[in-house]
Amino acid sequence: MNRMNGMPRTEMIQPDAWGRVRRGRYLADWALKAICVLFTALGAFVLGWILLMLLYEGISAMRPEIFVNTTPGPMTKGGGIANAIVGSLILTALGIVVATPIGVLAGTYLAEYGKDSKLAELIRFVNDILLAAPSILIGLFVYTLMVQPMGGYSGWAGGVALAIIAVPVIVRTTEDMLRIVPGSLREAGAALGAPMSTVIRKISWRSARAGMVTGVLLATARIAGETAPLLFTALNNNFWFRPDLMGGVANLPVMIYQYALSPYQNWRELAWAGALVITLSILALSVVARLLLRKDKVR
Amino acid sequence: MVALSQKALVTSADKPSRRSSFLSFDDAFRLASLGSALIVLIVLLGIIGSMIYGGWPAFREFGLGFITSSVWDVQRDQYGAWVAIVGTLTTALIALVIGVPISLGIAVFLTQLCPPWLKRPVATTIELLAAVPSIIYGMWGLFVFAPLFARFIQIPVSSLVEGLPLVGSILYARTPSGVGVLTAGIILSIMIIPFIASIARDILDQIPPVMRESAYGIGCTTWEVVRHVLLPQVGVSIIGAIMLGLGRALGETMAVTFVIGNANRLSASLFDPGSTIASRIANEFNEAIGLQLNALMALGCILFLVTFTVLVLARLLVARVKTA
Repeated sequence: MNRMNGMPRTEMIQPDAWGRVRRGRYLADWALKAICVLFTALGAFVLGWILLMLLYEGISAMRPEIFVNTTPGPMTKGGGIANAIVGSLILTALGIVVATPIGVLAGTYLAEYGKDSKLAELIRFVNDILLAAPSILIGLFVYTLMVQPMGGYSGWAGGVALAIIAVPVIVRTTEDMLRIVPGSLREAGAALGAPMSTVIRKISWRSARAGMVTGVLLATARIAGETAPLLFTALNNNFWFRPDLMGGVANLPVMIYQYALSPYQNWRELAWAGALVITLSILALSVVARLLLRKDKVR
Repeated sequence: MVALSQKALVTSADKPSRRSSFLSFDDAFRLASLGSALIVLIVLLGIIGSMIYGGWPAFREFGLGFITSSVWDVQRDQYGAWVAIVGTLTTALIALVIGVPISLGIAVFLTQLCPPWLKRPVATTIELLAAVPSIIYGMWGLFVFAPLFARFIQIPVSSLVEGLPLVGSILYARTPSGVGVLTAGIILSIMIIPFIASIARDILDQIPPVMRESAYGIGCTTWEVVRHVLLPQVGVSIIGAIMLGLGRALGETMAVTFVIGNANRLSASLFDPGSTIASRIANEFNEAIGLQLNALMALGCILFLVTFTVLVLARLLVARVKTA
């Protein structure tokens, strides 16, 4: 208005976009923006700090022989983390192999069969609870379920505990991804006379594939670093595990937990090396999972 | 329809053909899906059941006194949960007080302020914070954060408030080692930020852009848009997001175990070590036998009930954010 009436005096003095804005409003806005930027920077800063700490401590502990030797006992020099790395891979693989079919089928039930029925609503609700349930309680549950009856710690119990953590993640992503698949695709399949199971497998799953794979990858990333559920199930030990996976199975998270809090210098160094290995793998897995989904969306 | 015509085909063909086994595969597939979905339900029931089953002897032995007693004596076989309960609630509360404003700030930045090209890297960074294993937070907290915290916060603050009423007891460190309830709360706050921030972002994204565009159109500042347009719109669902973060904070185990100091002591000071339910279970479970085992299971039962309640409330408050 002022500009039109030929009274541009204040604007000439203050030629920025703010014009004649009350100082209080300007300050409040400026403060909000500053605080939001600051908080976001803080989040990024903490992530960067943690990664730098891991790189600094981890690389100085990194030597080729730690990928060959097993974890050392108390007061033993040297040693490595080979058994913990292999053990972690096996436990994670076991968990994901058990969890994937269950999670995918349950997610399929929610998206394709149950939809908005009472049972589906209940299971969706329970799944959301499990998704956020404390992982240590899952460890206690599997301890009661498997360790006590079987008479000792085992890799199987560890795998089941990890699977219980992975299932809700897979269920959730599978359902979400299947729900995006347009109904017309399914109708087209059904119109050709294909039974429901074929429509789901050949049409719904195929079009939601990238999203479902992302879900499985994210679940893998989630369980690979879980410590609490392994404490009472797979535990840890300083040797190569037995082929039948009975007894303690060495794994990176519990190894890091025990070694980081120990008084021995070489144990602590191995804990840092293990921490670097596990964090980099998990972050890489998460990034790959996200890239996969993004590529699919673009297509 | 499809099923009917196929049934007709089978009966007309008289002998069981490939068609009938095809039909049964369809049924088997449906049953397998239903069964898998039911497994989810059974697991939750199993968790509740095993907690009650394992904790029952302790509840029977100590009754309601188990919750209110602050004695945890392995030698005399006397157990009470009060210290761990207080520790759990205190650390979770500190985590919320610090974490919620930061999370909301990040959500506002991502949805309102961030230039488009920066959106994806920032969002990924915040999501990666959630991917870092909790044990790594524990190591960072114990070896990096705690020494700095002791040197630059605990010692100066303690000497400042010493002798003052109230503040002098809440913020006084007898042994400024850096570990303690406040440190645990701070680490927890960092861990719950990505969860609250990502849900808050989804909620803010769901608000029709027209609303905020019209507010900007009549000359509102960003602060006024956030305060008078977005905030009334999100309402209780933000509280749901916060509750979800609270659920995480209550049950977090490894990071807390590293930095809380694991003392069974009720102290007025936030700088003193304490313990939470989860940290105590993690610490003692493997060496526990007899009644101690049952007492730890009973602790797990309490933790489950608390987180369950919080998560149910969260779920009721926050409408499920659909990706579609």
